[in-house]
Amino acid sequence: MLMFALRRAASAVLVLFAISVLVFAIFFATPGVDPAARIAGRNADQATLAQVRHSFGLDRPLPVQYVLMMRHLFIDRDLESFVNRGAKVIPQITQAAPVTFSLVLGAAVIWLVLGVAMGTFAAHRRGTVVDPFVMLLGLVGVSLPVYWLGEVVNLVTQSRLHDGLFRWVPPLGYVPLTEDPVQWALHLLFPWLTLAVLFAGIYARLLRSELIANLNEDYVRTARAKGISERRILIRHALRCSLIPMVSLFGLDFGALVGGSALLTEIVFGLPGVGRLTFVSLQNIDLPVIMGTVMYAAFFVVLANALVDIAYARLDPRVRDA
Amino acid sequence: MSLRDEVSTGPWRAAFGQLVRSRTALAGTAIFLVILIGCLLAPVYASRIAHTNAFRSNISGTTVVDGATVPVLAHSSTGLGLGVTPIGPTWDPEHYFLGSDNQGRDVMARLLYGGRNSLYIGLTATLICCLLALFIGVVAGYFGGPLDAVLSRFLDVLWSVPVYLLAICLSVVLLSGGLSAGPIHLRAGSLWVPILIIAVVYVPYVARPIRGQVIALRSREFIQAAIGVGASDWRILRRDVVPNVLPTVVVFVPLMTALSMLTESALSFLSVGVQPPDASWGTIINDGLGLLYTRPAVAIAPGLLIAATTIALNLLGDGLRETLDPGARLQGGA
Repeated sequence: MLMFALRRAASAVLVLFAISVLVFAIFFATPGVDPAARIAGRNADQATLAQVRHSFGLDRPLPVQYVLMMRHLFIDRDLESFVNRGAKVIPQITQAAPVTFSLVLGAAVIWLVLGVAMGTFAAHRRGTVVDPFVMLLGLVGVSLPVYWLGEVVNLVTQSRLHDGLFRWVPPLGYVPLTEDPVQWALHLLFPWLTLAVLFAGIYARLLRSELIANLNEDYVRTARAKGISERRILIRHALRCSLIPMVSLFGLDFGALVGGSALLTEIVFGLPGVGRLTFVSLQNIDLPVIMGTVMYAAFFVVLANALVDIAYARLDPRVRDA
Repeated sequence: MSLRDEVSTGPWRAAFGQLVRSRTALAGTAIFLVILIGCLLAPVYASRIAHTNAFRSNISGTTVVDGATVPVLAHSSTGLGLGVTPIGPTWDPEHYFLGSDNQGRDVMARLLYGGRNSLYIGLTATLICCLLALFIGVVAGYFGGPLDAVLSRFLDVLWSVPVYLLAICLSVVLLSGGLSAGPIHLRAGSLWVPILIIAVVYVPYVARPIRGQVIALRSREFIQAAIGVGASDWRILRRDVVPNVLPTVVVFVPLMTALSMLTESALSFLSVGVQPPDASWGTIINDGLGLLYTRPAVAIAPGLLIAATTIALNLLGDGLRETLDPGARLQGGA
């Protein structure tokens, strides 16, 4: 088991290294892309360009630039933005991280509760009209573009019904938990719900199909033969087994979202999280910040992948030798 | 009648027969076809019914509402009197059915034209993605060894960057300078930029399950037997491996199309997807943002169409999965 975990950790580090090279190559080595031209502005002359190249170290060989950037990012931890000179990259990320974490954590609680409830309910009532109705509801949740849903929620809560039903909804933005827990929750309530709609649909649909597959297994037949009630079989027997694939899916989704995948929700609701930071830095082609945020995102995805694999190996010994 | 006809109708035909009996799959197909045909008829709607040009701004134009001539863009009468408010939905198909955007363009006509691009990108990206993934998955799974190691690590790396971040990274770079690598020349504003990006970022999602399936197939008796009688790799791949993983790919197609369309719309919404003067449902939602509180129809209508198309494709995909491959599964992104 320990060997498996170590092997898994080693491959995770390798993947992270490859991602850093990939992202670096996308921005520095794509034919036709010149970071210096971007920094210097559209109509810069050759002398300015050369000066910019020299001052940002862009005239050095690519591998040297790569190593220097990685050293500033991971060892000296003093990497600076290209666009806002003097602004350090790492503090920007550590400032944005709690916002994203607050958003994702609350949404995750909501979507897990909703997803498990909907999936179990639909599986319990299969064969009746309730099942397809709940599943259609889940499908609608999966199919609504999250940024569009966010805008519609804003339209309703910030404008159309803001003088009536939704008087209590604060303006868009973020209040830290440590500053005012109530305002923190109020500001995040609709972002949570919006983000949760998508995943609740995915999880409900997945759980229902897992449950129905499990209900056809032999151990369920045995339980029925023993005279255990259908409700108890569903919840104590089938649901427990069906939750295993959900655990791995949840790990991956959570990792990606904490890493910045929630950027659409963050942008729509004006939350200054990691996703929005990444997007703003991408719009400005602020390479050091992009590098920092993408590595941050990849770290969480790779970590989640590794944890899920290790958890699986713990649950199912056959995986260890694969 | 030959013996062959008597015994079996073939797996594809049997699946098709089952599919047409599935009401939800048929409903999905019908909704998708209605949207597809509506979008294909965009030029007919624009020139014959609405008599408008969906791509030319019409700032000082007028239109007819209830028999009265009104300006398309009304000057604001409140506040400083700056800014204009475009005409809202008239529900009259001949005159600004869904109102106009802030450049005086007919939203309904733009929706249909935008849908052509959204569907085109979704379908083309899916096709490229599935072909790439089929190739990578089959080669990696069948040949194994160092080739598999390299390809699998490549998939791992792509998989480990969140889809949207990778897609936006690639878009920003390609939109700033286009791409010219060898025989491929991409204009920065070309529709092929989002198509290729979406095709590439989703490759691991399709290639990984295919690779797993091929590895399982390789140890099956009929493939071992084919190897044993000395069939060439090419023949085994063509006759035994690919036909067996094809159902999985077919199941993925409608689901991937829905996912590709959602991704395209998100990229376009962030203005790193389809570039003006071209439109897509995502860019129209983006256009509608500035009008969200005054003329919400501009942003709401394309979102509803995206949702309807996605639901339709998922219903079709669910039906296909039940008939062809109960194990196939695809997960979405935020």
